[in-house]
Amino acid sequence: MDLVFEGIWKAFCLLVTFDPEVMQITLLSLQVSGAATLVSLIIGISTGTMVALTQFPGRRFVVSLINTGMGLPPVVVGLFVTIFLWRNGPLGFLGVLYTPTAMIIAQAIIATPIVMGITLAAIQALPKNLRLQILSLGATRFQMVWILVKEARLPLLAGVMAGFGGVISEVGASIMVGGNIKGYSRVLTTATVMETSRGNFDIAIALGVILLLLAYFINLVLTHIQQRERPR
Amino acid sequence: MKPIQKMQIILIIMIAFWGMVAGTTVQAQQKNIILATTTSTQDSGLLDFLLPVFEKKTGYFVKTIAVGSGQAMVMGQKGEADVLLVHSPAAEKKFVAEGCGVNRRLVMHNDFIVVGPVEDPAKVKGTRATIEAFQKIASAGVLFLSRGDNSGTHAKEKEVWKACGINPEGQKWYQQTGLGMGETLNVASEKNGYTLTDRGTYLALKKNLHLDILMEGDAILLNIYHVIEVNPAKWPKVNTSGGKAFSNFMVAKETQDIIKTFGVEKYGAPLFFPDAGKKEEELGK
Repeated sequence: MDLVFEGIWKAFCLLVTFDPEVMQITLLSLQVSGAATLVSLIIGISTGTMVALTQFPGRRFVVSLINTGMGLPPVVVGLFVTIFLWRNGPLGFLGVLYTPTAMIIAQAIIATPIVMGITLAAIQALPKNLRLQILSLGATRFQMVWILVKEARLPLLAGVMAGFGGVISEVGASIMVGGNIKGYSRVLTTATVMETSRGNFDIAIALGVILLLLAYFINLVLTHIQQRERPR
Repeated sequence: MKPIQKMQIILIIMIAFWGMVAGTTVQAQQKNIILATTTSTQDSGLLDFLLPVFEKKTGYFVKTIAVGSGQAMVMGQKGEADVLLVHSPAAEKKFVAEGCGVNRRLVMHNDFIVVGPVEDPAKVKGTRATIEAFQKIASAGVLFLSRGDNSGTHAKEKEVWKACGINPEGQKWYQQTGLGMGETLNVASEKNGYTLTDRGTYLALKKNLHLDILMEGDAILLNIYHVIEVNPAKWPKVNTSGGKAFSNFMVAKETQDIIKTFGVEKYGAPLFFPDAGKKEEELGK
């Protein structure tokens, strides 16, 4: 148990002294996972809304694929992204393996189905007649979709939180495609794994505490946006 | 502020972050070297010590991918690394013979040790030969933890089992972690098992382990590190000059002097012994 308190104390020390390495690692975690979440929002919300609002053959199959994708194992994503990005792989000409960009790609692949699945469920849960009512009031198709997305704001923000939470805490793909390179592609989770294998449990716990704090504050902001009174 | 405005601000901030990430990527891409190496050079902290010196001197940026020696050589085979720092001599010779690597040079050595529970149920302590120690563990049927990951340490362990004439695979007392050395030591400590480890990682983790050194100093336990440049003739995308620069740096006198003193302050003894220019056969004598 002493170890846990030592770790928390260490986290406190690292935070109040603004330890440059820890600050850099934390900032990079935020940047990589933030960018990945952003990409997943653009793809996930648009595709999710589209699938929710249209009828086409094989729709159930597509929905089942999206729902399965919500549980995509990060290591499998990491493995495939690595193979594709190898110098001599199909996307090797990009030269992005072992860079933060590769980590954003892998994390976006992990987060997209999560956002997509939740969007799909959220839009489908809206009353069916709402759509007709909006259209009958003279809205264009684009305005209708925009109103529906706004109407589903609560569950959609839950989707953002789930997507972001999924990638900021993910380690398998990040370590494979990022390589845990000091000062360059080392994020909170991969640093925690490395410090554990080095036997520096106090630093590992400290990094874990910082990760939790970071996730908490991000979710606090999102929850604040989610739970705020809607303007009338 | 209206919610839409706020969302826009958040979006802009996120895009700005992304731009920063992309910016650093482009900047760093020109002089990159991918170094595939064993976990022990990273976990012991040696590379954290050496790389800044190298980077400052040459302007290259080293991307260290710390995996087992086996995986490092597979990366070299596929042309996915520029230079290797590994410790699995038999596999390295094969690697060079197959034309995957060139200019294999001796860098340093330390040694492997057999560690186990303080109580030493298999009575390994006092044994002179490693083979005898392994035979005692096998006949006592006490838990032995193997890396099981084709790393240099795993290769050495298999070599010893072979010399014993014992095939431990599938035995009840033999478990493979499939993890790095640090994690495997932790598992051995928690489960009261024996394991073979490099001295550097053991010393670095010692404070959290309930394991003692039970066997050391045998010639078979020598742990030798070589630097190998990946053959550019085979893979044109390999950063040849970068690989060469790193390889030359590892055997340069100043670097060797740093290796000699690394860890002395913290552990009271050096973790690695520099050997550049020597022949492999001369070591341990």
